[in-house]
Amino acid sequence: MKKLESTFINMLISLTLVALVASVSLAYMNELTIGPKEAARKLKKLNAIKSVLPDITNDPFTEKMSFAVEGEKDSLDFYPGKNEAGMAGVAISTYTNKGYSGLIRLMVGFNMEGNIHNIAVLEQKETPGLGTKITTESYVAQYLGKNPGTYKMTPTKDGGEVNAITGATITTRAFNDAVQRAYDSFEKEKNQFNTEAQ
Amino acid sequence: MNKTWNNFIRGIIKENPVFVMLLGMCPTLGVTSTAFNGLGMGMATMFVLIMSNIVVSLIKPFIPDKVRIPAFIVVIASFVTIVEMLLEAYIPALYEQLGIFIPLIVVNCLILGRAEAFASKNNVLQSIIDGLGMGLGFTLALTALGVTREILGSGSIFSFNIFGENASMMILFILPPGAFLALAYLAALYNRFTIKN
Repeated sequence: MKKLESTFINMLISLTLVALVASVSLAYMNELTIGPKEAARKLKKLNAIKSVLPDITNDPFTEKMSFAVEGEKDSLDFYPGKNEAGMAGVAISTYTNKGYSGLIRLMVGFNMEGNIHNIAVLEQKETPGLGTKITTESYVAQYLGKNPGTYKMTPTKDGGEVNAITGATITTRAFNDAVQRAYDSFEKEKNQFNTEAQ
Repeated sequence: MNKTWNNFIRGIIKENPVFVMLLGMCPTLGVTSTAFNGLGMGMATMFVLIMSNIVVSLIKPFIPDKVRIPAFIVVIASFVTIVEMLLEAYIPALYEQLGIFIPLIVVNCLILGRAEAFASKNNVLQSIIDGLGMGLGFTLALTALGVTREILGSGSIFSFNIFGENASMMILFILPPGAFLALAYLAALYNRFTIKN
């Protein structure tokens, strides 16, 4: 193949053209995929919300509310779930920074009495095989139906009622921290959701 | 077409990127904790490899020699970005599993290596064949490593449990040290059976 001489002007033009074509193609691909990307993110959240609440008939996103948490800069998102009888429950997107590897995000579903309906793990980077057990049904099962107002949300070795994961106490404590944060916020704000049956 | 067949089969057996050339070790070690991840990363890399080989082979006559590396890298990075966008939009489960390793495909020396060593010196058809062969070799290696680590470390294969729900497995194999161990043994076995002395 004939070699193109590496003069300054040749290098300048060829690199500029390559960069230009690359930028245009990427901008085009971005336009194409931005819709499906948003939809995929929303679907994931919607599935998490639906998995932690009993059957609901409304669209939780349109009625989403955010509440600041005292002393922290992040706020929690509340997704109210309604059925024919009125309020079915509230799904709260909560978090903790005390995970073994940092941030853990949970979606906790409370019914209006403050009992936990279900918990879904949204985001975590815990140790595979140990901390990641928080995503298993068998671990979460012990929280179902419990009310953090009366159920002591600390591991048994700290005097609480939660069966910690063997070898992953820090992760367990972080999980509890996130659920507690959601519950405290729920108790504080729940009066905003006491509407008559629609 | 002896030349074409050779270009294809070379990337799978004699010059397997992972077990023989030891290229692209970072994703190989980083994402193979499950078979699905290994397979997914392999295919994403193969796509980028084939596309970048095609483009490099086409534009090489128009790129001055002194700036070929930056030009190739822009091409590779663009295709990796496209793969990332497509995965996030259409296969979010894989996108989440591979995470930060998707952008790291850009620095996988396999891709720049084939662009420099082959695609810049051969026509488009042969470059496609080479990309296909090397990509398949890479994918097969990553999938084999992923299957090994998943069976030993989680007791499952493609998320299908084979030892029962609560079987106690060798967790070491889904952690980084296990990756090195598994790769070393697989590479040793591979070379034992393919090197004809």
